[in-house]
Amino acid sequence: MAGMSRRQVLRTGVAAGVSAAAGLAFPALLRAQGKPLKIGLLLPYSKVYAVLGESITNGMRVVFEAEGNRVAGRPVELLREDDEVSPPVGLRKLRKFLTSDQVDFVVGPVSSAVAAAIRDPIHQAKVILLNANAGDNALTRERCSPYIFRTSFSNWQTSYGLGAWAKQHIGGTAYLTGSDYAAGYQIVGAFKEAFVAAGGTVVGESYVKLGSTDYAPIMAKIGAVGPALSFSFFAGSDAVHFVKQFAEFGLKGKVRLTGAGFLVSDDVLESQGDAAVGAVSTLHYTRTLQNPQNLEFRKRYQALTGKPPDVYAVQGYDTARVILEALRRTGGDTTDPERLSGVIRGIQFESPRGRFRFDPATHNAINDMYVMEVRRGDEGLANYVVSVVKELKDPGHCPNITA
Amino acid sequence: MDLAFLVTQALNALQAGMLLFLLSSGLALIFGVLQVINFAHGAFYMLGAYVGLTGLALTGRFWLAVPLAVLVVGAVGALVERAFIRRLYGADPLAQALLTFGLLLVLDEGVKWLWGPQIRSLPTPEALRGTIALLGVSYPAYRLLVVAVGGVAAVTLWLFLERSRLGAILRAGVSDRQMVAALGINLGVLFAFTFGLGAGLAAFGGVMAGPIASAYPGMGVEVLIKAFIVVVIGGLGSLKGAAVGSLLIGVAETFGQALAPDWAMVAVYAVMVAVLLWRPTGMFGAEAAT
Repeated sequence: MAGMSRRQVLRTGVAAGVSAAAGLAFPALLRAQGKPLKIGLLLPYSKVYAVLGESITNGMRVVFEAEGNRVAGRPVELLREDDEVSPPVGLRKLRKFLTSDQVDFVVGPVSSAVAAAIRDPIHQAKVILLNANAGDNALTRERCSPYIFRTSFSNWQTSYGLGAWAKQHIGGTAYLTGSDYAAGYQIVGAFKEAFVAAGGTVVGESYVKLGSTDYAPIMAKIGAVGPALSFSFFAGSDAVHFVKQFAEFGLKGKVRLTGAGFLVSDDVLESQGDAAVGAVSTLHYTRTLQNPQNLEFRKRYQALTGKPPDVYAVQGYDTARVILEALRRTGGDTTDPERLSGVIRGIQFESPRGRFRFDPATHNAINDMYVMEVRRGDEGLANYVVSVVKELKDPGHCPNITA
Repeated sequence: MDLAFLVTQALNALQAGMLLFLLSSGLALIFGVLQVINFAHGAFYMLGAYVGLTGLALTGRFWLAVPLAVLVVGAVGALVERAFIRRLYGADPLAQALLTFGLLLVLDEGVKWLWGPQIRSLPTPEALRGTIALLGVSYPAYRLLVVAVGGVAAVTLWLFLERSRLGAILRAGVSDRQMVAALGINLGVLFAFTFGLGAGLAAFGGVMAGPIASAYPGMGVEVLIKAFIVVVIGGLGSLKGAAVGSLLIGVAETFGQALAPDWAMVAVYAVMVAVLLWRPTGMFGAEAAT
């Protein structure tokens, strides 16, 4: 103890005494190591987005099952709650996760409306939310939070990259259509921004109620104007109807069909069949990507579910990878949200979609966006990459995060 | 906005109206004879599309899949009437609504269980994939067929109700059930037949809409709302009302979507409000309908 001042000795002694007095704290911490890691999945398991909820869950299972369902010594528990794509239901299930289950992470939701409803309680409870799909731009812009990370995409990212490419490779006039809700306006708006900036002209715009089955009135309008290309945001059954009816009305040979990737993604492509061939879209994943991570992921996902993965499965996979990396770096400790947030911000890894990392300023994933064309190729009817927009970063600002 | 554009939209309106008629005619018939508000009707529409899908997979022919769907779903409808609906005749309408709404949910889940939750597409018959030049526009051949089939179905249904003995019994059932029973007609059989016929018509609509609107769980709910609007403005239980109402809603929706997209759904309800202000019991409803 030579060289140590009396004050230092005193301080050390007091610290030791405090530790000894709080002796219970140490075993508690040790117990935390073996404590189950509870991950609350707030996803739709029924209604319109049921398939998306299943895909995200299965993507996560691929990661955890390869780890023997243990992460940093803690057994993994996936708690599933169906948000029924409804904000009040989502909010109720979130409260259950936060109060009675005491989860370590919340994963989800799919719907931006549900995401908007749960944002404030998450922010106040300081629980880490890994948003595995909801694309509303605001969630990583003005409504962002240090505790919210988005592993999927912002709506802006899914279409901005196509604007300039379409002007250069297809033509200078476009008719824009989309579902009549926030995502439709954000996605179509971002395409328009890029397309017009590249010198293109928008010759018409139509928005249709979500869940419409008949697009005939719009087809007649597009046919009457005769643009070089049509850009759309539709997803799920809407996408199937739009693409099939586009071909039915004989527009396919005359107007180039383009859209955000959801228009012809793997979940709808089979139903669209030949009607979709030739369509150009952008997304951050297609199952035909040839990187080694994707080849391995496809094999394991197929073995687990009997199906090829879709973009939602990869979002689930990457979400689970983020949790895995975070716990490895903290040694299994999830008690300090500030520390956890800081750790997650720096996570990077090679994902089936390409390099995965967050934008530290907004907590939104930085994505390589693939410009793809639907063809009948080596892998059957699928989206094949024709060009890549590298490292597309959402241009938003987050006032709440100090990177 | 030139003439070709208007002709195309008029054909669109006609085709949408015809599909709507197949659905709402059954709904009107069931309400007329059984006085049951049948929320499960949308589920029969959905079942039609799905049975058509399976029929197509089994036979490979659309022309066989269509009658198969109509017959199978019609039989399911008759069974549903015997097993569930008949227990609630004369009961509180709220109980009936609850029962049929429950059936809608159960059938929806059943479809997910049997066919999976994904959207499934019914391929358009090979011969009808192209477009046909008509009145100076080129229009999808399959949609023209839908218009034709809808027209034939309407005429056949009208002939059946007005000219056949069974049709006469059905009409008598609409106006006075007690009297029909007193004349020695088995009401149970009549009701099961009517419900089955209604379900079969809904299935016909569903399978014909298949190549345009595909098959997916929940597809029945959206169209059901429109079918109810049609039945309300046409007059509860009136077949003629269902026909005129369907065309009216088809026109309102199509031209609303084409000319003022923001107002498309408003246009549909505006038509309903206008008709009900003009005739509170619907266009062809009985003056003292209850």
